[in-house]
Amino acid sequence: MNNVRVLVGTRKGAFILTSDGKRDKWDVSGPHFAGWEIYHLKGSPVDPNRLYASQSSGWFGQVIQRSNDGGKTWDAVGNKFVYEGIPGTHQWYDGTPHPWEFKRVWHLEPSLADPDTVYAGVEDAAMFRTTDGGQSWHELSGLRGHGSGPRWQPGAGGLCLHNILIDPKNHDRMFIAISAAGAFRTDDGGKTWQPINRGLRSQYIPDEDAEVGHCVHHMAMHASRPNVLFMQKHWDVLRSDNAGDLWTEVSGNLPTDFGFVIDVHAHEPETIYVVPIKSDSEHFPPDGKLRVYRSRTGGNEWEPLTNGLPQRDCYVNVLRDAMAVDSLDRCGIYFGTTGGQVYMSPDAGDTWKPVVRDLPAVVSVEVQTLAS
Amino acid sequence: MVRVVLPAHLRTLAGVGSGDVLVDVHGEVTLGSVLDALEARHPTLRGTIRDHQTLKRRAFIRFFACEEDLSHDSPDTPLPDAVVSGAEPLYVVGAIAGGNHTSVGRVLNYKTRPHET
Repeated sequence: MNNVRVLVGTRKGAFILTSDGKRDKWDVSGPHFAGWEIYHLKGSPVDPNRLYASQSSGWFGQVIQRSNDGGKTWDAVGNKFVYEGIPGTHQWYDGTPHPWEFKRVWHLEPSLADPDTVYAGVEDAAMFRTTDGGQSWHELSGLRGHGSGPRWQPGAGGLCLHNILIDPKNHDRMFIAISAAGAFRTDDGGKTWQPINRGLRSQYIPDEDAEVGHCVHHMAMHASRPNVLFMQKHWDVLRSDNAGDLWTEVSGNLPTDFGFVIDVHAHEPETIYVVPIKSDSEHFPPDGKLRVYRSRTGGNEWEPLTNGLPQRDCYVNVLRDAMAVDSLDRCGIYFGTTGGQVYMSPDAGDTWKPVVRDLPAVVSVEVQTLAS
Repeated sequence: MVRVVLPAHLRTLAGVGSGDVLVDVHGEVTLGSVLDALEARHPTLRGTIRDHQTLKRRAFIRFFACEEDLSHDSPDTPLPDAVVSGAEPLYVVGAIAGGNHTSVGRVLNYKTRPHET
C-alpha cells in the first residue's frame, strides 16, 4: 500500500499531513518555521524525501529550507537571489517605470531528473535555478530579459512568477506564469522564452491581441499529454491543445469563471477541477457555498461537487497554489483555504472531508504519493 | 566579546536558543564589524538583517544600543564603549508597525524585558 504526504504552506508556518493509502486517519506535524510565511513546499520526484521550502518574512526576507528526510529535519540553504546584470524596470500599477526588486520566492519546482536541481519562481518576476541542492541560485535571465519585460505589470499580489510546469517528455520545455504578464514557454531549458498568450482576453487590456499583460492565476497539465494545458485566468478558464500557442475559453456553465486554482485528475487527462470564486473584488465563493467544479470533458461542461463541503456561510478563498492531486488508484483531490482548512476527496471529488480545520491561512498544497 | 540580542525568529533560524549571541570582533567594534562577525559565525543570518549585496539594513530592521537608535548610523561608526566591553548588548530589532513614536518607545525599553536580559 502507498502512503500520502501533503505539504501545506501557510501564512504562519508549514504543516505536513501524512496518511496511508486509505486516507482516513491523518498525522499532522508542524508548525515548521512557525511564524514565517511559507509560500510553497515541494518534494523531488526523484528523491521524495528531499523537500524544499520557501520561508519568508516582510522583516527578515527570504530563507530557503531543505530536508533530506521527508520533513523531519531541515537545514537553511542559500538565500541569495540576485538578478543578473542591471535589473532595469517593469511597470508599476500606475504604468510608471519601477525598478526590479527581489521580494520572495513564490514557487519551487524540483527537477524531474535531479534532486539537486530546483527552479524558483520569484517576485519581482524572474526564474532562478540551483543545481547544488539550494546552496546557490542563478537567474535564468532570458525570461526577464525578454523584450516585453519593461511592460510587465504587477497583479494585486505583486509581480510574481508563481507557476512552473516541466514537460515530462522533454525537460528542456517548461511553462511558467506571471501575474500579470501572462504565460511563457521555453524550449531550450530556460535560455530563451516566448509569450504564449494568444487567445486570452482580458477586459482591462485595451489591446485584445496584447502579447503580455494577462493575469494568469494558475496552469496545470497531465503528464501523459504535456501539450495540453489548462488555465485559470483572473477571469476565464481556458485550455490549449498546442502547448500554449492558442488558448480557447472553456468556462462553459461555471457560476463564475473567476478563481485561482485549477488541476487535473491523475489518471483522467480530460477531468479537471476548479474552485469558482465570486469576483476579483469579492474573494469568496458565490452564495457562501464552497463548491469544487469538475469537468470530465476538459472544460465547458461542469458539475458542482458539494458533498462534505460547507454550503452556507462560507467566505474563504482558495489561493492559486493550494490544490493538488495524489496518484493513488482512486485519485485523491486536495485543496486548502484561507480559513485554514485542508479538504480532501478520496474519490476524485465525489465526497469531501476536512483533514485539518484550523491552520493559519493556507497558501499552498502539494501532495506526494509514496511507496510504503 | 560583543553581546547581540536578536529577534526570536532570527534566534530560531540561527539555532542559538533564547539567550544573547556572543561574537568575537576583530579590530574596531562598529555596527558593520559586529554584523560581519555575526554573519560569519551564523551564515544562515546572511540576507535576513542586511541586503546580501549592498549590506544595507533591511527596511524593517532597526539597531539599538544604550538606549540610542543606531539604525541610521554609518556601519563604520564605532559602537559605545559599553557595547564593546560587553556590559550592554547591541539590539537587532524587527521594526514594530503601527506608529513611529510608539515603536521607538517600545524598542528603547526593549532591554528591560526580563526574558531578553
